[in-house]
Amino acid sequence: MENHFPIRRIMDENGNIINSDYEEKITEKLVKEFYRHMVRIRIFDRKAISLQRQGRIGTYAPYEGQEASQVGTAAALRENDWMFPTYRDHGAAMTFGHSLRNILLFWNGRNEGCVPPDGKKIFPPAIPIATQIPHAAGAAFAERKKGTANAAIAYFGDGATSEGDFHEGLNFASVFKAPVVFFNQNNQYAISVPFNKQMNSKTIAQKALAYDIPGVRIDGNDVFMVYFETLNALERARKGEGPTLIEAVTWRYGAHTTADDPSKYRDQSESSNRRQETDPILRLERWMKNMGRFDEKWVQTIEKKAADEIDKAIAEMEDFPPADPAVIFDHVFAEPTWQIKQQKEEYLKLIGGGQ
Amino acid sequence: MKTAVEAKTMTLVQAITDALDIMLNEKEEVLLLGEDIGKNGGVFRATDGLQAKYGEGRVIDTPLSEAGFVGAGIGMAVNGFLPVIEIQFLGFIYPAYEQIMTHASRIRMRTMGHFTVPMVIRAPYGAGVRAPEIHCDSTEAIFTHMPGIKVVCPSSPYDAKGLLIAAIEDPDPVLFLEPMRCYRSAKEEVPEGKYSIEIGKGNKLMEGDDVTVITWGAMVPEAMKAAELMKEKNTHCDVIDLRTLFPLDKDMIAESVQKTGRTVIVHEAHATGGVGNDVLAIINDTSFLYQKAPVERVTGFDAPVPYFGFEDHYLPTPARIQQAIEKVMKF
Repeated sequence: MENHFPIRRIMDENGNIINSDYEEKITEKLVKEFYRHMVRIRIFDRKAISLQRQGRIGTYAPYEGQEASQVGTAAALRENDWMFPTYRDHGAAMTFGHSLRNILLFWNGRNEGCVPPDGKKIFPPAIPIATQIPHAAGAAFAERKKGTANAAIAYFGDGATSEGDFHEGLNFASVFKAPVVFFNQNNQYAISVPFNKQMNSKTIAQKALAYDIPGVRIDGNDVFMVYFETLNALERARKGEGPTLIEAVTWRYGAHTTADDPSKYRDQSESSNRRQETDPILRLERWMKNMGRFDEKWVQTIEKKAADEIDKAIAEMEDFPPADPAVIFDHVFAEPTWQIKQQKEEYLKLIGGGQ
Repeated sequence: MKTAVEAKTMTLVQAITDALDIMLNEKEEVLLLGEDIGKNGGVFRATDGLQAKYGEGRVIDTPLSEAGFVGAGIGMAVNGFLPVIEIQFLGFIYPAYEQIMTHASRIRMRTMGHFTVPMVIRAPYGAGVRAPEIHCDSTEAIFTHMPGIKVVCPSSPYDAKGLLIAAIEDPDPVLFLEPMRCYRSAKEEVPEGKYSIEIGKGNKLMEGDDVTVITWGAMVPEAMKAAELMKEKNTHCDVIDLRTLFPLDKDMIAESVQKTGRTVIVHEAHATGGVGNDVLAIINDTSFLYQKAPVERVTGFDAPVPYFGFEDHYLPTPARIQQAIEKVMKF
């Protein structure tokens, strides 16, 4: 099956373009956007881990190593498309325009963090595994029914493809030709369980055969490949040709969450090697160097800008008003039922009149 | 000549079809999704003729995948549609449990109202029709325990139509339970055209000062039979059909039990963790000092709903209900 679904790439580890079809499409503007976003979300990820260590946010799920997959997909979306991320895809969400402050609020236990900026169709991160896949199928089906050219993207990991909702979502979308891209980041571990213990299938892309939809396997650390393949899939979706399954093979360097210790279940020297060899940011840097377009000063500028932006978001998160207990009661239903009204009133009275 | 409120005699299942027809006609956003609901009109014919009338784009036969089409329904609901989903039998809703529990019921809360799920899930439920195993479950309490979803359960054609219209117009998810034992067992006059019944309001079916009998769904006719028989013994019952299981009609329950001081709760679901216990909690919270006798519950047993060869032993009967009424009277 690996032969039927080879890992496709545009750029090799050394930053050389190995598929000349794309040479003209790779513009300076695009490269700079990819680089800037990947650096930005990496700085965010590292800062977030450090905030968790200092007790300033709660348990956090890092994505370092998967930046090309997240930035390449988000950059391919149009303003009116839908994004259905998981808890490890806030890199994609912030690239698509989510508020950094709100993402931090989410990781600090606040519902306010699930609210996307106005007009942004970003669903709250799916915490259960694979349940967002049918949502994306349904939202996309709805767009088709409305007659728009909008599409949806659902993110999920390798482990999610073992869940029933993966099957039900892909089957539903393929039956109704829903304009949706099923974007799998195969980072090869579902917490501690490696790919070969998760499934007997040699690839995830091959699972598309069962639904008679296109399945493509790509290098998830090659931002060009991710971007152009996602664009292709979105294009198909917009034309009414239905869903696509993309398997982006990648790697998370760190832990499943800050509550996890990956050295318990795998040799972390693999992560160190990959950092040197296949890192998505380094790879783009190599391409820039090969092309004589690497500008050290520009890199420093964007790093500084990202760090400042993130520091500002952290300050906003920390200055955010304390949790208002009314929030617990006010959004269960459009109109609170008598139980909720009564419980709210009694609780607010108990704590001294509430807010 | 048509009068303003012409009525038609119909069964409960016909009243469901009528409500769906009215809402499909009124709102473009209303879509029906489910297994065999198209050409076949649903296994109980609740959607009979609706696909022919509104097309395959609005009355949609789905693949056999409860989690898939409930999940997709959530995606459609957050994106502007009003999906009405048919689960073939309540006993087959369990694959969709996760979608209902972790998403449908809490997306409003998670996003502070930014995304909402105005979706109805219809499900025939209950024993007493000689159906195969698992087709007879009455697990409403699983869903009344879920914050963020309303649970409605009509027992008559008139209520079924008005409540289903209210459920479709509700801005939040509603589980709409249809007692299959009542689908065709009785007919009544149902007004033509649109009307709705407020969710959360019970219905007093019989007035009496001695004992309050509280029930819903397929147990309503059984409780009414028992109450009629008790009249001959000069015991007069207040019979309440709750109609909505979440939120319960606290005021109607309190008003009645404060008047009678004696209560019998009847449901076919298992006793432990049943909605009857929430009714009891309301009695405790609102009317403790009015009570003249401990509340009696007549329920299904804490055993899985048995194969239909045994179901007459499992389901509460008028005789068991009468016995409980006599017990609270004699206390």
